[in-house]
Amino acid sequence: MKILDNKRQLFKLAAVTSFFALVGCSESGEDKAKGPAFQINQNPFPSTYKPIVSKSVLITHATVLDGIGGVFNDSSVLLQDGKIVAIGNDLSVPDDGVIVDAKGKWVTPGIIDVHSHLGVYPAPGGTAHSDGNEATNPVTAEVWAEHSIWPQDAGFQRALAGGVTVMQILPGSANLVGGRGVTVKNLPSATVQDMKFPNAPYGMKMACGENPKRVYGQKGGPSTRMGNVAGYRQAWADAQNYQRSWDKYYADHEAGKKDAKVPKRDLKLETLALALKGEILVHMHCYRADDMGTMLDVMKEFNYKIAAFHHAVESYKIADQLAEAGVCSAMWADWWGFKLEAYDGIQENIPMVHAANACAIVHSDSDLGIQRLNQEAAKAWANGRRAGIDISQADAWQWLSANPAKSLGIFEQTGSLEKGKNADVVIWSADPFSTYAQAEHVYLDGALIYDRNVPASWPVSDFELGQPGEGDSK
Amino acid sequence: MNKLIKYSLLGSMLLTQVVAAKSIAIVGAKVHTMSSQGTIDNATVLIKDGKIQKVMQGEPALAGYEIIDAKGKVVTPGLIGASTSLGLVDVGFSAGTNDSNSSLTSISKTGAAFDVSYAINSDSSLMAIARIEGVTSAASSMGRTGQLFNGQGAMISLGNVSDPVIQAKAFISTRVGNSGADTMGGSRSVLWVSLEKALAEAKFAIGKPLTPIDEWHGELSRADIAALIPLVKGEMPLLIDARRAADIRQVIALKQRQPQLNIVITYATEGWRVAKVLADNDIPVILDPEANLPFGFDQLGSTLKNAGRLSAAGVKVSIGIETHNIRLARQHAGNAVANGLSWDQGLAALTINVAKLYGIDDKLGSLEAGKLADVVIWSGDPLEVTEAAEVVLIAGEKVDMQSRQSKLRDRYLTLQTNKPMQYVRP
Repeated sequence: MKILDNKRQLFKLAAVTSFFALVGCSESGEDKAKGPAFQINQNPFPSTYKPIVSKSVLITHATVLDGIGGVFNDSSVLLQDGKIVAIGNDLSVPDDGVIVDAKGKWVTPGIIDVHSHLGVYPAPGGTAHSDGNEATNPVTAEVWAEHSIWPQDAGFQRALAGGVTVMQILPGSANLVGGRGVTVKNLPSATVQDMKFPNAPYGMKMACGENPKRVYGQKGGPSTRMGNVAGYRQAWADAQNYQRSWDKYYADHEAGKKDAKVPKRDLKLETLALALKGEILVHMHCYRADDMGTMLDVMKEFNYKIAAFHHAVESYKIADQLAEAGVCSAMWADWWGFKLEAYDGIQENIPMVHAANACAIVHSDSDLGIQRLNQEAAKAWANGRRAGIDISQADAWQWLSANPAKSLGIFEQTGSLEKGKNADVVIWSADPFSTYAQAEHVYLDGALIYDRNVPASWPVSDFELGQPGEGDSK
Repeated sequence: MNKLIKYSLLGSMLLTQVVAAKSIAIVGAKVHTMSSQGTIDNATVLIKDGKIQKVMQGEPALAGYEIIDAKGKVVTPGLIGASTSLGLVDVGFSAGTNDSNSSLTSISKTGAAFDVSYAINSDSSLMAIARIEGVTSAASSMGRTGQLFNGQGAMISLGNVSDPVIQAKAFISTRVGNSGADTMGGSRSVLWVSLEKALAEAKFAIGKPLTPIDEWHGELSRADIAALIPLVKGEMPLLIDARRAADIRQVIALKQRQPQLNIVITYATEGWRVAKVLADNDIPVILDPEANLPFGFDQLGSTLKNAGRLSAAGVKVSIGIETHNIRLARQHAGNAVANGLSWDQGLAALTINVAKLYGIDDKLGSLEAGKLADVVIWSGDPLEVTEAAEVVLIAGEKVDMQSRQSKLRDRYLTLQTNKPMQYVRP
């Protein structure tokens, strides 16, 4: 997969930009006498994630897909201090390390799902647990999905058994702007802070098309697609205006003006302004090619960046334009037809997007689908080959790890088996493009967090404790 | 069992197809007959007049037959969608009429009378999308009536035929789990009394005249009673959605009180906890083997092992609860196999087991002499997600392997810049 350079730059920028800089105020020349300028704490809910302490692990004799197009037969992978050290044939492990014979098995990077509602729409469902859509206003950029996540959702453990190590939890799609998503590590935890991927950029969920107009059609609008677009544009225009008020404050403060006044914080516009600056990555639910085309124009008008279109069932119609714009498409292998904007979904969408040199991602949006994303990629891969699109399995795995990591701004840390990256690794019982393959070992930052062969080691959510089937194979 | 309707509809379907039917010989494949013949390597399947003529090992003289070389391929009976709304819905949500849903009308007080056989549309875009992937027939019924029963479902062919209904009034379905209770008064205490009352009235009415001038003081409408009489006689299956073990035990108790009932449990999420009792009471299940989360308090013991454990205890398992993506039933079955179901039962769950529970195994579900020639030639193991249907026959006719999805794919496979794609006619 060739990611266009401009997009690569953007992802890098987003990954490394400090969370503590809302605006580009200059530190130099500050007048100590009048005190420092007011700074917003952009990280009030910091990650408290701690990897499980682990020994070094040498996985041997495996077929290894490195997640960026490489395949290594009968090879070893060394995990040490939570990081990938090497892939090769002459690797050794310290005396207190563990050797895992993976003969006949496959090793891949952990799967990353860019579109999950685990925790915000947990199982069991019902109104008491329906925390995914703040469906009270078309633009609710001020809400954060992490404040809705119930970490005891058993869906996290089921996803773990499917080899999912990292996911982005998003608010739902009732709203034009639904709020912030959060990237989490799939480690069973009591609080969401313990799951938060350290230093991952925030995502912001936006939605095209039928959902917002349906939800707000009887509640004051928007009730049409044109109403939707007016809503996005006004929100961005308001955010620009808000940003100008802060820019002016910092400029006035810098100039030593006595009447430099700290603007009133507006949490909604604050998130939108950070998205305009590229510090929060925009994840845009859009099905239809024409909706995506419109959003590319809105993106240009307000000079922001869409990281990925999600559910993009019609990306195959404009794959060249998406490649040109450097916008990823997060897609299902074969979902279609459940509503009109999904009617043109086809099973070759993912390989066709890949073949156009655009960034293709397999996503779930499902507490069941997230458990078998390898099979979703396998179906797309096989359907592509039958249509004459010859993609190697090694290249196709990018849809599950490298490309999602890039769209989330965490590719510097994870998403491929490269030296120095987080040791987020899955050992599969067989070729993971087979229905029968199962994740046997799942490692997160080098720690074995799921071992299919040791039932006593499986995590059991608090909710499932003392219930029928507690600790059972799920 | 409404034999008159059944056979007249089936007859008209075959009539339209037999005219063009050729004699076809599929040679060289590994054939899973799903009959007492078992699996045969290097087999020949002979098809004549729309039906299976013979399945045999080796290759006989084949003069007069169109030969399909299937060496290295896998042949199975056409897959039967176990629980669908095919033919009733193109786009379910906010896009106009959807025949799989209904609201209350005076003709029925329970939903039992509603009859989908009037609504089946073989031109629905879902039909070709499913059949080119090996789904050749299906049970189709309403998804929601807001009533006690979800109408009378039909068995349908997915062939491109003028009359797709193989068997009308083939089954009636109801729900006794949380969703059933939510619909019927908000409590199982209401729901079960309603169900028992409906069955009792229908039983009472057997043999009684129910014309508009006869006296009738029952709570059900005459149309409901007419629909339910075959059901209480055991001539049509009653599909009961039951998920927690306690609900399944209530269904078993119903069967023990009324042994003549032909009961099938759908979902049976915690079926594994009462698997042996289900087997002892000869109650088959249709399930979604991938539903392994506690979606509600009636599904706490959900597990991917459910299908395998039920089958191991002797329960006949069918798989395939879907509509737009019923083509994924084979992936569902494959995942059941990956979690303990035998491969043979995985394929049976998509074919012969489904035919048996709907009582159409005299026509469908296996490759045996005299049965309808619904046959699929697969590139390999049909339960593997990377394999695909290559040739599909329905009633002996080769299916045109195109759908609007394959046409969309072919239109956009090479993006042109010189003229709009709408001018591309794949």
